[in-house]
Amino acid sequence: MSVAIVDYGSGNLRSAAKAFERAAADAPRRPRVAVTADPAELARADRIVLPGVGAFVDCMTGLARLPGMVEALHERVRAGVPLLGICVGMQLMATVGEEHGIHDGLGWVPGRVVPLAPGEDLRIPHMGWNEIERRADHPVLAGLEAGAHAYFVHSYKMVPDRPGDVLAVTDYGGPVAAAVGRGNVLGTQFHPEKSQRNGLALISRFLEWRP
Amino acid sequence: MLKARVIPCLDVKDGRTVKGVNFVDLVDAGDPVEQARIYDGQGADELCFLDITASHENRDTLFGVVNRTAEQCFMPLTVGGGVRTVDDIRKLLIAGADKVSINTAAVHRPDFVAEAARKFGSQCIVVAIDAKAAGPGRFEIFTHGGRRGTGIDAVAWARRMTGNGAGEILLTSMDRDGTGEGFDIDLTRRIADAVPVPVIASGGVGTLDHLVAGVREGGATGVLAASIFHFGTHTIAEAKAHMAEAGVPVRP
Repeated sequence: MSVAIVDYGSGNLRSAAKAFERAAADAPRRPRVAVTADPAELARADRIVLPGVGAFVDCMTGLARLPGMVEALHERVRAGVPLLGICVGMQLMATVGEEHGIHDGLGWVPGRVVPLAPGEDLRIPHMGWNEIERRADHPVLAGLEAGAHAYFVHSYKMVPDRPGDVLAVTDYGGPVAAAVGRGNVLGTQFHPEKSQRNGLALISRFLEWRP
Repeated sequence: MLKARVIPCLDVKDGRTVKGVNFVDLVDAGDPVEQARIYDGQGADELCFLDITASHENRDTLFGVVNRTAEQCFMPLTVGGGVRTVDDIRKLLIAGADKVSINTAAVHRPDFVAEAARKFGSQCIVVAIDAKAAGPGRFEIFTHGGRRGTGIDAVAWARRMTGNGAGEILLTSMDRDGTGEGFDIDLTRRIADAVPVPVIASGGVGTLDHLVAGVREGGATGVLAASIFHFGTHTIAEAKAHMAEAGVPVRP
């Protein structure tokens, strides 16, 4: 079994890779974790992780710059391979992103990515530990009990068209999608790789997930 | 609800911690990785390494420390000290840092912060401000570890840096640092009111009440401390329990 973490030049990739390596070492099937910019590697992978930090358009541009990568992602998602998007990696699953102009996303989870509305006491980015409230049963999120915390860093939020695609929310000036998904794609706005025990447990369940 | 962050900070020189760290269960008291693991276990919300290595050649040891820490602690890690170029940032991120903090280099070349934020995203660019009182209600920023005055007003500087894309301000009062007398609340409040991004208060923590004051009176979204944790005066868990009792929301 192998896990491909897509490397398109975005931010703290190593930090994500280390968390997957740790979870993989403890997983029954001890999957191999590969950080890769090669679409051919995706074709061989049993799990795909799409990390992402920075701006929506920069991440889409970064993906598009790798020949065949966007096509390979679409192909693998259609083939039913479990995919986890993290932070902007989750936001890329939307139809459009509205950060620095209107930009197409990958469109796996219909919806838009819009600014978090700054309020009187609302600092942007939303940075730090916040509570996760599950809205739907999902095997990968199963261990996040009421009051569980995860680490967030973001200035934009995803608003799926179908409320049923919102699997968990957090509260920052109102409900904000903390996890979205449908079928074999799942995204977390928070960073499981930075969320200590809760995050590692989520990664372990993703490695075992059979959608 | 977003929780106030409690952030222990370790000073690292040539790959070893300086300032005494005094946990009972340390095998190697100078190993920052071992200390990081203890704070991780105590429920720290984030970790901060401040590299005070003088020579550039020895900086490679820092990358090793960051790398080993990131392999064992799955929490946000900020690294500061001597960050001067986009390449410095890239190397730290590759080693496993999540955020880098920029201080002196930002003063030398304010556009560096804008370049770094464009390249890596605001979420990973922290601007560290070392400030000293320079008259009633006025604070001046200092560089080179607080040794060099700049004549620049701290509030104006904080605004300018967030305008350039800094995603967080790490604010240290040079007057209070090491005194144990508590944060400079006036300074903290002025900066927190002036910028839209999170502000981490630093410098002067001597009691757990100081942590409460930093959030409640200073308006900080996180509190950073070194000595009270290093010397075993208080654990992170005690700090959080105290803050929770005082009504400051923290992650249990």
